[in-house]
Amino acid sequence: MKKSEFPDPFEKARETTGLGEMDDQNDPVTMLLRHKDVRKTAHNWKTFQSGAAPGRIVIPSEVHIRDTRQIPFEVDPPMHKEYRNLVEPWFKRPLQTEYQEKLTIQINGLIDTVLDKDNLDAIGEFALVLQSRALTLLLNIPYEEAQTWISWGTHVFRSEDTALDGDKASILYDYIDAEIDKAIEYPGDDLYSVLLNSEVDGKKLTKEEVKGVMILTFAGGRDTVINAITNTLAYFAEHPKSLDRLREEPEIIGKATEEFIRYFSPLTQMGRVVTEDAQVCEYAAKADTRVSLCWASANRDTKVFENANEVVLDRKINPHVGFGFSHHNCLGATHARQIMKILILALTKKVGTIEIIDARENIEELGDFKRKVGFDMLKIKILAIKN
Amino acid sequence: MAKITFVTSDGERTTVEAESGTVMALAVENNIKGIDGDCGGVCSCATCHVFVEPEDIETTGRASDIEEDMLELDDNANEYSRLSCQLEIDDSLDGIVLQVAK
Repeated sequence: MKKSEFPDPFEKARETTGLGEMDDQNDPVTMLLRHKDVRKTAHNWKTFQSGAAPGRIVIPSEVHIRDTRQIPFEVDPPMHKEYRNLVEPWFKRPLQTEYQEKLTIQINGLIDTVLDKDNLDAIGEFALVLQSRALTLLLNIPYEEAQTWISWGTHVFRSEDTALDGDKASILYDYIDAEIDKAIEYPGDDLYSVLLNSEVDGKKLTKEEVKGVMILTFAGGRDTVINAITNTLAYFAEHPKSLDRLREEPEIIGKATEEFIRYFSPLTQMGRVVTEDAQVCEYAAKADTRVSLCWASANRDTKVFENANEVVLDRKINPHVGFGFSHHNCLGATHARQIMKILILALTKKVGTIEIIDARENIEELGDFKRKVGFDMLKIKILAIKN
Repeated sequence: MAKITFVTSDGERTTVEAESGTVMALAVENNIKGIDGDCGGVCSCATCHVFVEPEDIETTGRASDIEEDMLELDDNANEYSRLSCQLEIDDSLDGIVLQVAK
């Protein structure tokens, strides 16, 4: 199997029962695998809620390592809309030309430093660095701050051997507490200060609410963005003609970005807590149990996507759910899309070919399923384009 | 060449011209407020929702099933809703007026 191939482990279950089962810290999850069920359930926030105990809709559950509610992610309508309306304009800033220019400078600069380097660590020396630096733009804070986050390593939450690590999570939470206190003392034009100055329902956001937004911003866009970047590099390494095609047809980079998000599905699934006995896909979901919206499976559903297991760079209709669906669709999607588009364009301009030297897959164990979501290690060489 | 008029939710009217491409791309190029076109036109984000004037709906046609699935997300969607990324520009669209949903 090619290193850049991401098999679909859900196919058989999706086509037969449409369901999967997995345990997670004695709070089992019924996984919904079909595109239609995933979208329908994501839209039905009354029966399938996000506003359960903080951490419970995340898989693996973070109930035991987190008390702070992530906002707007773990809030249901109608309050969800109040929070979402508050933060959305800020998270749409990546659509601005100036933001894109700054991101382009960052990404071009990073590629220049790694070109022709032997045995490049695609995760630690490239994807993590890119993601961290880009986050300074999203937060509107000094570029140098990225170094702190890079020093944390690739997983703020996850360790190699255990899915959850409370000590690592507290590094992030303590950091955010300290940054909020700093912003209270020295307000600026960064996201912390803007949130501290904001009101919802006529009341100023509390420190705890600000922390909830910030945890979401940091945690939601770390592993996901890192996987998207790393997997894309691996793909181009094994599909040099795809890179050539994008070089010749840069106008399809937007479509290619969506297709990579569909194919890689950097976030496998997200849970919901059932509020009342309900039926999904002939499954009787009991109140106070968990279901998951398995984005990765929905994105390979052949009822919606032709040649679902292939990367079709210019796929024209692509209603993927890689950024989730409905009220809770990914707040950072605008930022993530710009990262991907600008990265791909920069690679087409600067890179000839990419060689994979060594790789170790990151496989998620999901009950009956094993899903490759990215790499634990990827060593590559990025060769400069020869003019 | 088609002249297309966008009316934003704060009432601003902008008329722009194009020969080809999608209505969403035209709106983004011209910074029409309320049309983001985040996904670049592959029907996965619903950030390009417009209402077609009832008299123009025959010209544009109604939303496809895939569009409708996305439009269901918007409580304000109605029978004249379209995702503008799915509207290809040609001469037949000349003179249409689109109300931006957001």
